[in-house]
Amino acid sequence: MTGLLESIFESVFWSAVVKTVVAFALLMVNTLLLVWFERRVVAFMQNRLGPNRAGPLGILQTLADGVKLFFKEQITPRKVELGMYLAAPIAAMIPAFLIFMVIPIGAPVTIGDTVVTLQGTDLNVGLLFILAMSSLAVYSIVLAGWASGSKYPLLGGVRATAQMISYEAAMGLALVPVVLFASIQIADGSFGVGTMSLSRLVELQQGSFRGFIPGWFVFWLLPSFIIFAIAAVAETNRAPFDLVEAEAEIVGGYHTEYSGIRFALFFLAEYINMFNVSAIAVTVFFGGWLGPDFGLPSWIAWVMPIMWFLLKTYALLFMFVWLRATLPRMRYDQLMTLGWKRLIPAGLVWLIVFTIVQAFRSFGAPWS
Amino acid sequence: MSDRPDIATGDLDAAVEETSPTESASTDRRTVHDLWLSGTEAPRELGPFTDEGAQEMLAEESDAILAGQRGTIIEDDYGPPADSGDDELQIINMGPQHPATHGVLRLHIELDGETIRRVKPIIGYLHTGMEKTAEALTFMQGSTNVTRMDYLSPFHNELGFSLAAEKLLEVEVPPRAAAIRVLMSELNRIASHLLWSATTGFDIGALSMMIYGWREREPLLEFFEKTTGLRMNHNYIRPGGVAADLPPDWQEDVAGIITTVEAGLADFETLLLGNPIFIERTKGIGVLTREECLAYGVTGPLARASGIDYDVRKVFPYSGFEQYDFEVPVTSNGDVYDRFLVRFEEMRQSIRIVQQVVETIPGGDYRTEDRKVTPPPRARIDESMEALIHHFKIFTEGFKVPPGETYQAVESSRGELGMYLVSDGGSKPWRLHVRGPSFANVQALPMMLTDSLIADTIAALASADPVMGDVDR
Repeated sequence: MTGLLESIFESVFWSAVVKTVVAFALLMVNTLLLVWFERRVVAFMQNRLGPNRAGPLGILQTLADGVKLFFKEQITPRKVELGMYLAAPIAAMIPAFLIFMVIPIGAPVTIGDTVVTLQGTDLNVGLLFILAMSSLAVYSIVLAGWASGSKYPLLGGVRATAQMISYEAAMGLALVPVVLFASIQIADGSFGVGTMSLSRLVELQQGSFRGFIPGWFVFWLLPSFIIFAIAAVAETNRAPFDLVEAEAEIVGGYHTEYSGIRFALFFLAEYINMFNVSAIAVTVFFGGWLGPDFGLPSWIAWVMPIMWFLLKTYALLFMFVWLRATLPRMRYDQLMTLGWKRLIPAGLVWLIVFTIVQAFRSFGAPWS
Repeated sequence: MSDRPDIATGDLDAAVEETSPTESASTDRRTVHDLWLSGTEAPRELGPFTDEGAQEMLAEESDAILAGQRGTIIEDDYGPPADSGDDELQIINMGPQHPATHGVLRLHIELDGETIRRVKPIIGYLHTGMEKTAEALTFMQGSTNVTRMDYLSPFHNELGFSLAAEKLLEVEVPPRAAAIRVLMSELNRIASHLLWSATTGFDIGALSMMIYGWREREPLLEFFEKTTGLRMNHNYIRPGGVAADLPPDWQEDVAGIITTVEAGLADFETLLLGNPIFIERTKGIGVLTREECLAYGVTGPLARASGIDYDVRKVFPYSGFEQYDFEVPVTSNGDVYDRFLVRFEEMRQSIRIVQQVVETIPGGDYRTEDRKVTPPPRARIDESMEALIHHFKIFTEGFKVPPGETYQAVESSRGELGMYLVSDGGSKPWRLHVRGPSFANVQALPMMLTDSLIADTIAALASADPVMGDVDR
């Protein structure tokens, strides 16, 4: 068994195939769980029970809904731009999957002599890749809104363009100090280019201060994390920034005219994106898969990092759900004001302050 | 109401002038027109008063219609651009099937980007001819009919109808009946406002408010069910009194309701009123000024949020409201936020009234002992021939009401709910006209909405609390 696995992972091609299939399956199962998790948590916050019929604790409810959507009639309105209308849901899925491929979900595992990293691929420009992909995600929404040939989806699409582009900028700004900070960690006392590889970023967060505070970046880069968190909620179109699909105002937003499996793909992409941004925040700010393994035997110890990763990610996802249950929706112009007049200036100020601090740490204060 | 124009027999022009002093309040003119046609004199040509043009909103309209759709008393400088119809402006249809229009209200909106330039509320999708139906039902059956109009404040509908009928009958209800009516209508006000907080919170995007509002409303509906047998459309308040006495342990139920509602109100205030996003979404949004309220006949919490100290319970007390001590909350900004403040405070004041009713409720009959109006107790029918005759007469042809006309207003959850009742001496009303508060509030929508954003439309529309059953009847 070990020999077979080893030979698979020695081959670049076969390891890529296996990782892709596993990542796909993981994401699907995870989305089923996440939807169920959100519905249950919101229900308990709202004095309800939520789905509790299908399977134990209603855990199969999402599967049932998915099957229903799959077999449902797909209505194509007459006025659509057919090509783009059909392409948009697929275009929504691709960036969501690609982002997940660069996130390390566990510590590297050694099988025989081969080291297998638990991530699709360890890109050396991982952070840039993530930002690029989440920029691509906006296309699907804009195209869906425009290609539907209907007024409410168009409004949703227009809102999406402005919102996602604005918050993309804030998100990028929030991540720059991380890379700067990583450069110091790599070569203490010297100046060098920091890393953008996500697995490298996780390794840099190992260790602890005074024995009990973990060496996570969030303790140095709290302002970055706050800006990132707000931008991430806006980027995934979740409450209180869910203007793109505000059902009380513009009915369903960009997916008003979609039904059946095409709608399900948008829905799936939204939840995968939600999971992705939480996973990125965990990787970059909360030490990724790092955590104690409680001295478990080695044949089971490789599970612990994955557990830690999921635990931290779901803790952040809980925050997402909590926000949705609590806060009213913002208005379009207020959202723009928040993005351009508060978050981006705050990000810039924090970047400048942090750069100065880093310079002092690298070169020493000019007066000394 | 002696200071009101005598619509049925008086001068038409004066009535039109009095009811709607503005050029644009054309829906009220139609009300007067409608009423006039049913009156005793021959109808006159009323085309100019009722012509609103096409039902759909058109890209190009005449100046007068434009002013109406812009909600302006004075003409403003807005006109559709010369090359209208291109991609600058679009006319969008919101409703009658839309998640946030509170029933089957339909709004035609002209949008410039996300900014609203013109609004045309289109009503009538829930018109069921209840006023006409009332002419086919006896006075006794009347409250079954009217209770379905404003389905969120059924007790107020029944109360208005019963008071009007009693006025014509010249029947006094016993003090206990009046107190029960006050109790039920105030509890109804709380229930209605709670539902309003729930749906308005939901429309602003605070999803949990929906469930929280319903949760606090539930014990109220349970109490209604216990007392009247139904959760809505109770048919409990009838001409001559109420249908049944309060249940034996009603004091404890009411005390429990008061505790729940007060706790809920405190929660809502922390959840909403202190929330920065909520404040930004509601302050300065959907503003109606005092003058605009007067011009459009807006009453109720909407008018009180704009600084008009008008509450039928204070100004024209009915059912002994004068003996209870309560305040009428008035604020001056006239925006969505103030409407929240006013309604929350009204719930507190209703609780005060309910507490006073619990303390001071007199004993005695819960309906008048006038056997021409209310049926005799079941036991008497076995003993007395006369009781049997009364029972038979009431349930076959109903009681006869002396000829005459009357207008009786009550303060419903949404404003002044007026019942104009004409009897020709038979057992059925000759004409019933209802002045629905939501009707007046809906026609003020263009005033609230023009030049705001789509998201504000939803907030302002929700804050006006239109119940389509009350608008269309």
